[in-house]
Amino acid sequence: MRSEPVVQVQALVKRYGTKTAVDGLDLVARTGVTAVLGPNGAGKTTTVETCEGYRKPDSGTVRVLGLDPVRQSADLRPRIGVMLQSGGVYSGSRADEMLRHVAMLHAHPLDVDALTERLGLGSCGRTTYRRLSGGQQQRLALAMAVVGRPELVFLDEPTAGLDPQARRATWDLVRDLRADGVSVILTTHYMDEAEQLADDVAIIDAGRVIAQGSPEELCRGGAENTLRFSGRPGLDVGSLLKALPADCSAAELTPGSYRVVGKVDPQLLATVTSWCAQHGVMPEKISVERHTLEDVFLELTGKELRS
Amino acid sequence: MTATGTGTYTPKPGAAPLPRMIAAQALLETKMLLRNGEQLLLTVVIPALLLVLFSTVDIVDTGAGETVDFLAPGVLALAVMSTAFTGQAIATGFERRYGVLKRLASSPLPRWGLMTAKTLSVLVTEVLQVILLTVIAFALGWSPQGNPAAMLLLLVLGTAAFSGLGLLMAGTLKAEATLAAANLVFLLLLVGGGVIVPLDKFPSGAQDVLGLLPISALSDGLRDVLQHGAGMPWGDLGILAVWAVAGLAAAGKFFRWE
Repeated sequence: MRSEPVVQVQALVKRYGTKTAVDGLDLVARTGVTAVLGPNGAGKTTTVETCEGYRKPDSGTVRVLGLDPVRQSADLRPRIGVMLQSGGVYSGSRADEMLRHVAMLHAHPLDVDALTERLGLGSCGRTTYRRLSGGQQQRLALAMAVVGRPELVFLDEPTAGLDPQARRATWDLVRDLRADGVSVILTTHYMDEAEQLADDVAIIDAGRVIAQGSPEELCRGGAENTLRFSGRPGLDVGSLLKALPADCSAAELTPGSYRVVGKVDPQLLATVTSWCAQHGVMPEKISVERHTLEDVFLELTGKELRS
Repeated sequence: MTATGTGTYTPKPGAAPLPRMIAAQALLETKMLLRNGEQLLLTVVIPALLLVLFSTVDIVDTGAGETVDFLAPGVLALAVMSTAFTGQAIATGFERRYGVLKRLASSPLPRWGLMTAKTLSVLVTEVLQVILLTVIAFALGWSPQGNPAAMLLLLVLGTAAFSGLGLLMAGTLKAEATLAAANLVFLLLLVGGGVIVPLDKFPSGAQDVLGLLPISALSDGLRDVLQHGAGMPWGDLGILAVWAVAGLAAAGKFFRWE
């Protein structure tokens, strides 16, 4: 069991004018990596920025490492690391200069050279911030969040717009942070990122947490899996159904393309292939699909695009 | 989860000692300022150029005595305004726009520490300006009078007054608006604030109003001391003190960090 909560949010409400960004949100994050997932405008950034002490709740309570982020900000700030969604660096400062500066503000910072090397920023030490690529700017912001050896790191969309290599480098660093006992709260749009990194996922929509659990728990929520195969059009689906367990369904979706939905296990797969053998059918493109976090996410938040 | 306590990233949080944080911040702010070409133009090139040009070429009638004795105090006042007001407003406006102030607000450096560092950075820059302009003025035959303590007090109060106004602008307007407005104000006050054009060239009604501007109080006060050897120019000090209190109070109240 993972232990004490690092973040506790209770009944948080935050409005901007007439717009309610966060609407009675409850969230408990424990040590490890917690991903906050949600569509644009769901309230992810507002929630995280309230935890960082940037915003004062309209109502509700927020505790981070047991502290009130607004009233006990001075005690909290040295213990957390913050990566903003963008910016945060003097446009005229050099990459290593800003990182060294943030390191100077902490009592026991990481080795700056090792960190820049680690994040592939070694070659751009003398380049000014505004001349860095978007990916380099992101990695510099990440480095600034961890250089002070915090207990808890907030990463707001840390890999948005990164190329695959830079994304991997960021993921590897998050894994190392976790292994060394640093807790991480990250917001993301990417399901695979949450699946890869998070011990715990909170799905936020319209200012509330609508589901929370480990990626496995959330995916198990929909226990149904899907098996697909292709074959001759017009096979007798009725006889296939008879061979299958009672809670399964089978259908020919388009001519020659078949789908079985149910608890897909090795036994079921064997049943389907032996039925194919009996009917002289060579099943092609046979595939088993597990429910992904993306499926869960879309089921919960709706498939339609919103503005 | 149990941390072994030996990893590279194993938490070991803590704020650096406050004096170290403020010194580091002041150093970085000063470096950013000195590295910025537009800022240098404003804080170094323009005051130096005006001093040399107007001292050597008889463009404006500056009254009795050496022209440089009239100009040097005005240009010193201009230098203070360029750094404490124009430069600080523009730099802070863009820091706000680019999330620098926001990011620093979640660092261990307290907000008042950041503001102290900004003030230190302004003062360091002003010392460099004063040294440079004094050397140039001496080369042009300047012979200053008066009490150095009075001059110091004027410079400090002037800095406070202009900082308050600059931060008020940076903390409330958009960065682009601050850029435009700070430059415009700089230009208007350069012409209408007794820096190179004596206030008595203006109609008498205008003179009374212009005399209440912080730049006029600073240049007039410095001129009283350095050109005419006056003691404490209390009137000008009073005007600067009012601007300083009002400006800093308004900046403290209305400043938005993001």
